[in-house]
Amino acid sequence: MSSVPKLNKPQPRWLVFGLLALGLALLPFLVDAGLGRSWVRLLDLALLYVMLALGLNIVVGYAGLLDLGYVAFYALGAYVYAWLASPHFGLHLPFWAILPLGAALAGLFGVLLGTPTLRLRGDYLAIVTLGFGEIIRIFMNNLNAPVNLTNGPQGINLIDPVRLGEFSLSQPHALFGYTFTGVHLTYYLFLLLVLAVIFISMRLEDSRIGRAWVAIREDEIAAAATGINTRNLKLLAFAMGATFGGLAGGLFASFQGFISPESFNLMESIMILCMIVLGGMGHIPGVIFGAVVLTLLPEALRYTGDWQRTLFGQIYIDPADLRMLLFGVALVAVMLYRPAGMIPSARRRQEFADAKG
Amino acid sequence: MDIFLQQLINGLVLGSVYALVALGYTMVYGILELINFAHGEITMMGAMVSLAVIGALALAAPGLPGVLILGAGLAVAIPVCMALGLLIERVAYRPLRHAPRLAPLITAIGVSIILQNIAMLIWGKQYIPFPAILPQGRHEILGASISDTQIAILVLAVLIMLTLILVVQKTRLGRAMRATAQSRQVASLMGVDVNRVIASTFVIGSALAAVAGVMVSAYYGLAHYYMGFLLGLKAFSAAVLGGIGNLGGAMLGGLLLGLIESFGAGYIGDLTGGFLGSHYQDVFAFFVLIAVLVFRPSGLLGARVVERA
Repeated sequence: MSSVPKLNKPQPRWLVFGLLALGLALLPFLVDAGLGRSWVRLLDLALLYVMLALGLNIVVGYAGLLDLGYVAFYALGAYVYAWLASPHFGLHLPFWAILPLGAALAGLFGVLLGTPTLRLRGDYLAIVTLGFGEIIRIFMNNLNAPVNLTNGPQGINLIDPVRLGEFSLSQPHALFGYTFTGVHLTYYLFLLLVLAVIFISMRLEDSRIGRAWVAIREDEIAAAATGINTRNLKLLAFAMGATFGGLAGGLFASFQGFISPESFNLMESIMILCMIVLGGMGHIPGVIFGAVVLTLLPEALRYTGDWQRTLFGQIYIDPADLRMLLFGVALVAVMLYRPAGMIPSARRRQEFADAKG
Repeated sequence: MDIFLQQLINGLVLGSVYALVALGYTMVYGILELINFAHGEITMMGAMVSLAVIGALALAAPGLPGVLILGAGLAVAIPVCMALGLLIERVAYRPLRHAPRLAPLITAIGVSIILQNIAMLIWGKQYIPFPAILPQGRHEILGASISDTQIAILVLAVLIMLTLILVVQKTRLGRAMRATAQSRQVASLMGVDVNRVIASTFVIGSALAAVAGVMVSAYYGLAHYYMGFLLGLKAFSAAVLGGIGNLGGAMLGGLLLGLIESFGAGYIGDLTGGFLGSHYQDVFAFFVLIAVLVFRPSGLLGARVVERA
């Protein structure tokens, strides 16, 4: 007992928020000027992964259900968007109609997947969700015959960008005397949605539902004994996570303009899981941090060629081959030194300290 | 040619390889409750190392009998994989034994990425062919054909599994392993060196993986740095199907998965009236896996754990 926790002083808070908002608003321009246009694109992608990681965090971090097939919902959202807004079926519905539809459909599938797995726990759940993910991917790969639904491994091309009337996010626009390119505008759209997802996650965490999830995670039987409806709450966790996944999928399809089953393999699910665990499971700042770092790290490691040149005078190993190796080393190293994640929640830090002592 | 019998033979051969890999998963899980995600990559390493030795020997001494060359390949691959298993346990898993459950899973994923990329840097991205050193004889049984390689795989796999059962049931080490699996703490109180037992489990599992890796590359005639991923996934599924942590379960699960795959590939077209082709064989396997787990949540032979708070 060192000291009583200080009451939050409201005064400096708005300042922090203001600076953070300003920083986030200016970020794409700073990145564009400092690192180049391709990094703004990566920033967009990082925001997308933040959304995905926060979605999976509800399932894995809050409710403690190890889901290795999360990417299936991502894929579902992406394919729904592609079907309804591309020349594939000749449909071009507006994004504000498709995104909620894709998210809702993904949520429905979350419940469908969740229902048969309610009795399973731990690693058995992991392998079943993994199986579902693989089944969906194999279907995407092969549903080009007899009816061409997914166009097989070639994927669906020429997907419409997000567009409101004449205002399309794929073209540069002049606003307030500045020229905003597509990747910049996409950044703001994604940022807005990410903020919404963060807000929902925060409110969920502190709610009755969130506390019930924690109870289920810690001890399902004790939770049921205290009157928590574990079945409905587990299904709700699956559904919420899947909804965010579906939303991110739709955004991904519109952002890339092209999707194929290759983007939705098991490694993708594992990556999103790594983001959560590496950042700090069940803790929103940790998850955001993990998602941003793991999206940008493999790209940053492309620069290893330059480092080799400055260090040894020549390139020994092709940086494209080296970067995944270093990525693996980084995963292991971070987990060894911070097993509860980079930014763990207070509860997990406590648990870990208890387990050790 | 009898299709049913042929698929049965193919399934059994494939299944016995899956079973060998699945045993490695299940032994580690039984003792540590850890999914050793890197196990598939150890199998891949076994295939790659043995192929490197076999390829070099086949070039250097073309007159040598094939079985001898293969033996040399195995003799190098097995110790290499054992050392790898030991090293991985020491570096990536032991420090995290008291960490939250998902932390070792992430290091396991990290290790498997590392092993994959090391293999890619050493042997390149191309498929490596298995040299034609083995006798290519085929035998006709009741209208189906079985090759010498298939017979060798089956016999060797059965022998290894029998030996493993003997080791686990009859030796001191085996007893220590079973005790550790039941309760690490009590086992250590009874004088079992738990760290040594865990390390031995990894070493034995890795040796099995090395043999399985050589079998796979001999069976399909090639090896690739990415082959461990899918193989590991299927073997792990097999272990779960049989009831993870249970040796007999892993063997049964492996054989079943092999049979499901080969029959699925053979008959899925007929069953669905040509709607689904043989490329859906993996879907078939996963559907069976899911169905089994939904009705028997702890696998076919897994102990029905009574929930206690």
